[in-house]
Amino acid sequence: MNFWQVSASIQVLKNRADALAKIRAFFKQQKVTEVDAPILSSATVPDLHLDSLQTYLNLPSIGNDLVFYLHTSPEYSMKRLLCAGMGDIYYLGKVFRQGDLSPLHQPEFTMLEWYRLDYSLQQMMLETAKVVQLLLGELAIELISYQQAFADYANIENIHSASAKACKKYFLDKKTAEIVGVDKNDKNLWEQLILTEIIEPKLGNNCITCLYHYPAKDALLAKLSVDNSVAERFEIFVQQTEIANGYLELTDPQTYRQRFNESLQQRKEQGKSYTQLDHNLLTALEEQKLPKCSGVALGFDRLLMLAQKTNKIDEVIPFSILNN
Amino acid sequence: MATYGTNQFKNGLKFLMDGQPCNIVDNTIVQPGKGQAFNRVKYRNLITGKMIEKTFKSGEKVDVADVIDTELQYLYTDGGFWHFMDETSFEQYQANHAAVADYQKWLVEQTTCTVTLWNANPISVVPPKQVVMVVTDTDPGLKGDTAGTGGKPATLMTGAIVQVPLFITIGEKIICNSETGEYISRAK
Repeated sequence: MNFWQVSASIQVLKNRADALAKIRAFFKQQKVTEVDAPILSSATVPDLHLDSLQTYLNLPSIGNDLVFYLHTSPEYSMKRLLCAGMGDIYYLGKVFRQGDLSPLHQPEFTMLEWYRLDYSLQQMMLETAKVVQLLLGELAIELISYQQAFADYANIENIHSASAKACKKYFLDKKTAEIVGVDKNDKNLWEQLILTEIIEPKLGNNCITCLYHYPAKDALLAKLSVDNSVAERFEIFVQQTEIANGYLELTDPQTYRQRFNESLQQRKEQGKSYTQLDHNLLTALEEQKLPKCSGVALGFDRLLMLAQKTNKIDEVIPFSILNN
Repeated sequence: MATYGTNQFKNGLKFLMDGQPCNIVDNTIVQPGKGQAFNRVKYRNLITGKMIEKTFKSGEKVDVADVIDTELQYLYTDGGFWHFMDETSFEQYQANHAAVADYQKWLVEQTTCTVTLWNANPISVVPPKQVVMVVTDTDPGLKGDTAGTGGKPATLMTGAIVQVPLFITIGEKIICNSETGEYISRAK
């Protein structure tokens, strides 16, 4: 293939345009306002496993070589808009992630993210499934809790209280590929491996699976349940592929600060680049309060891949990063 | 010792695992949106030929294996070893039985073979896909037979046995496919 050529077929690119229009029509009908969130920001996410691209700006009478980050999701600026009283909003546009390249990943990809005031986690899951159906047709919807999935597919009755040893044992018993580089006491990683290697292949087979109530330790920016036992967070899987991640949004600014600091500490411990906290977001949360809401981020390219029945992301985008 | 990190993994990369050279056949990155990345790797142990699967946490390192493919001329065998020579440096290499085992009967003196060297020792030898061999024994055929009307076994100078058309006679040169062990045509 010549490098000037498009990655996807012209027909798929036309289908892509139709899909984008369909999503915008859906939100217009639902009276959700499109927002043009900024790509550049002076602060970025502290998440341990998300790395941002950065660039340097020269701004007259402000300074030169100022570090700005390309957003990994529009979450922070959208939350500032929610604090400012925008109401229900969505973003459909580009986001960027450092180091991502695989048949499912590109460093630059299209994300659909939206927020709904007063929606419960369940309402948000069902609306996300509806958006998936816009492109994939009337697939059945399956709701299963994180704990139930571990019980059903990995015979671990209560994953939240299970030991690292119990998780690791599953791999030894199943004679799966040997895992290299994971400490035997690192429960979080063994648990993640059961999820990605054992459970995910069972999710979303000819249906839309909503996996909900993640462990409290994986809450990220989701609220905890009333008894603090689990996070009000879900992910959506179709044909074994993770396509969306949603929360009943955390509103308490102190908890935001605390979780950001925990993430920064983890980054420090692993020798990853250290970023400063997004003070614009924290101040908005403190001064204006985030309204009670749920939000979700959905990988548009992956949804289109499913609609086009391809397992390569570069078959649904005009140009892969490798021929840009 | 030099190492490769998981972000350098790609098909064809040669690395050491449990002290033996291995070759990556498939490398799939598993990157959850909110979790630790892993590499699912399929590789072949170049000594045993076994395919193995392992899942590496991203950031793990493996030792580099000093493995290169080189073109060497096959000289002769003394029964215990098979001797090869680099046609430009005239440096000689000896391969043991394990290295030539797969193709032992397709090694013809003075032909150039692809030899994989690990720390300068041959670990595998692949002869050219098409090799010219002399028939040393076969039943006399019937005159007038042409290819495609069945065949008969013929023993070649290296001891290899192939099915040949009935018209092939002892002393004739034939071309064979060393990968499949099949007769292709008469040699001119």
